Amino acid sequence: MEALININKLNLFYGAFHALKDVSLTIPEKAITAFIGPSGCGKSTLLRTLNRMNDMIPGTRIEGGIAIGGTEIYSNEVDVETLRKKVGMVFQQPNPFPKSIYDNVAYGPRLHGITSKRELDEIVETSLKSAVLWEEVKDHLKRSAFGLSGGQQQRLCIARALAVNPNILLMDEATSALDPISTLKIEELAQELKDKYTIVMVTHNMHQAARVSNQTVFFLNGEVIEYSDTEKLFSNPTDQRTEDYISGRFG
Amino acid sequence: MNIFQDANRKQIAGRRRTDWMLHILFVIATSIGVLALCALIIDILIDGISRLQPDLFTNFPSRKAEGSGMKSALVGTIYMLLIMAPISFIFGVGAAIYLEEYAKKGRVTRMIQLNISTLAGVPSIVYGILGLTLFVRLLSLDRSLIAGALTMTLLVLPIIIVSAQEAIRAVPKSRRDASFALGATKWQTVSRSVMPSALPGVLTGVILAMSRAIGETAPLVMIGALTYVAFLPDGLKDSFTVIPIQVYNWLSKPQLEFKELAASGIIVLLALLLLMNFSAILLRNKYQKNV
Amino acid sequence: MPRQGLQTVNKAQTLSKEAYDFKNKRVSIMNKVMPILLFLCASVSVLTTIGIVVTLISETYQFFQKIPIFDFLFGTKWSPLIPPKSFGVLPLLSGTLMITFIACLVAIPLGLASAIYLSEYAPKRVRKIVKPILEVLAGVPTIVYGYFALSLITPLIQSIFNSAGVFNALSAGIVVGIMIIPMVCSLSEDAMSSVPRTLRDGAYALGATRFEVALKIVVPAAFSGIVASAVLAFSRAIGETMIVTVAAGSTPNMTANPLDSIQTMTAYIVQVSLGDTPHGTIEYGSIFAVGMTLFVITFLLNILAQYIARKFREEY
Repeated sequence: MEALININKLNLFYGAFHALKDVSLTIPEKAITAFIGPSGCGKSTLLRTLNRMNDMIPGTRIEGGIAIGGTEIYSNEVDVETLRKKVGMVFQQPNPFPKSIYDNVAYGPRLHGITSKRELDEIVETSLKSAVLWEEVKDHLKRSAFGLSGGQQQRLCIARALAVNPNILLMDEATSALDPISTLKIEELAQELKDKYTIVMVTHNMHQAARVSNQTVFFLNGEVIEYSDTEKLFSNPTDQRTEDYISGRFG
Repeated sequence: MNIFQDANRKQIAGRRRTDWMLHILFVIATSIGVLALCALIIDILIDGISRLQPDLFTNFPSRKAEGSGMKSALVGTIYMLLIMAPISFIFGVGAAIYLEEYAKKGRVTRMIQLNISTLAGVPSIVYGILGLTLFVRLLSLDRSLIAGALTMTLLVLPIIIVSAQEAIRAVPKSRRDASFALGATKWQTVSRSVMPSALPGVLTGVILAMSRAIGETAPLVMIGALTYVAFLPDGLKDSFTVIPIQVYNWLSKPQLEFKELAASGIIVLLALLLLMNFSAILLRNKYQKNV
Repeated sequence: MPRQGLQTVNKAQTLSKEAYDFKNKRVSIMNKVMPILLFLCASVSVLTTIGIVVTLISETYQFFQKIPIFDFLFGTKWSPLIPPKSFGVLPLLSGTLMITFIACLVAIPLGLASAIYLSEYAPKRVRKIVKPILEVLAGVPTIVYGYFALSLITPLIQSIFNSAGVFNALSAGIVVGIMIIPMVCSLSEDAMSSVPRTLRDGAYALGATRFEVALKIVVPAAFSGIVASAVLAFSRAIGETMIVTVAAGSTPNMTANPLDSIQTMTAYIVQVSLGDTPHGTIEYGSIFAVGMTLFVITFLLNILAQYIARKFREEY
């Protein structure tokens, strides 16, 4: 597997708080990488640096570098809008816009300049199909997105992210607000999507990481403690702290 | 592999330009409000500062601008405040306590609450019409200090009730529980536990409502606060004038000297308002520290 | 130890019956009287409303005994003091509406733009300075705004338009607009800040810029609150009295020219009450009819605003 994201000695500060300490990682293409660790360990913060969502928090300072496909994403060469188009994100809580199902999915393509109705129709259909939601909603695309169940809303948010044709999909505890059946559907979806997309997921749930991901990174207090194939990390961790965490001794 | 190579940088640059231009536009729109306030204050200071002399406070208004003062208006405003403050405090806070602590959630309470929020939106001049009919004519209080004060009380009551309700609601439930658990009755709990905690917030609201009242002109014009009063009111049933009415009176005269007097009257009025608002802010800060 | 506990129990049992008399007469009087007194306080507000409605209706009814209601509502000439007397309210209504439209044209765009700036763009530091300034602007007495109109805005307008008189609708309308900017701004901002952060994040994560998030996500999501604030602004402008009395003139005039002097309903009420009009005359009755019109319009608008804010509240 080829490395797509290279994180090099990344340090991040919120004011005086040192949230990420010397993080260096390579994340492979077309695979699922999971970030695990206790609350406040920096896993979500790192995820949010990958599409520069942290830019909007005042007082954030970053040192070191992140390169995606060889391009340094914090350089002036990169428009943050393009970056976010290429690096999609799904959030902890389903957050559909107060619009119709169709308009939710079409929102991104419209932003990026697609106006033709035919083209938008096509994008909406393929995105909803990719998110395995098409069959459930194809007859009422004009209905409000709020009418959907929580799990459907989350798949709609995935479709919305896919509609702008990203290469990478970030999932920030995307199933933590969902029931077990919806969670399972999203996990299956992630498995399907990894053939076309590079997925980075933050999860609170170790079993989910073990079930779904190819690679797992364990964080503690803003540092990467261990990073390896998921199977190896869960069956044969090298660090004592990893073992403590995955065996449920803390966190 | 460069994943950014298909980026439409031109399209994004255009959107960023729009964002930038709108940002500027929003800043300009916001500064118009701020600049208007500055212009207003500067304009008034330039026009009125020269008249801000002892004469203004010690003399009664006269037909000539020279030596004309606003003694009766200043005293009238202060008298109004002194009458209005306790009445509106008692009724406003009483109503708030009833609604927050005693009223059962039901149609009557909902109706009272809806009524209060509707009253807050009634134009002040309509209160003037009510005051004219109820206090001046029916209760034959004539065009007196007490009629004016009562009219203004009705005007500010909704404001006081709403702010007092907020202050009472902010008192944590645990304080009520603690009091009840010691065997206190409802009224003991309300009067000795809830109200002392809510008092600074309540007072802040009352002061702000009073500052609204001393700037009001229209209702008092309606009930006939006189524009020319060359004496100090001696009792509740004497006629009176207040600062905004004196200002209105000066403003409606064509001579330039009276316009300056109006500006100086406004300076006094604004200074008074500033003083009241400042004390409200002090109270609020103290309150935030305590709760 | 157990023994001692037993003793205590025994002791309690031997206490006199009085100890279990939970009635405390002094306290229970307060507990009975206070709720009634407090209810009376609360009922003052209801009585105020009843007072307003009864006053307006009874006097207006008498007025309509003398002047046919049709002539009042659809008459195009308002000349209550100078014969031939005529009581057609339309000139006052048109004057009021002109002021209101000018005011809304100023206040709604500026107030909304300020709200967007404060809620979506402004750094915390700027917000901390601007919001109190707007609060001060909201607390300035209307007579002061009247002065502002006469002394600054009118000369400015006259220097641009030669035909503008000393009293004109434009000047008063603009200043009424400035006065209600803070109201539109703070109500709209409240509506926008109640749009959850996650919606904004969702849009930013798709590569939206700030104005796209503000105009395509936040404003539509807060739309009902924004409309309600606009309706309230409209109602507030209709009821505004001193600015128009001072700056818009006292010429009931059905004109479409904002540079003309006009008279609003509120200014008419002030004009009559300044003169010593005896009770029982038609002129005296006319202020109640006009007041009734004013009250009904503002009342309906306020109800409408509350309805919009509640009915169309978005569920995020």
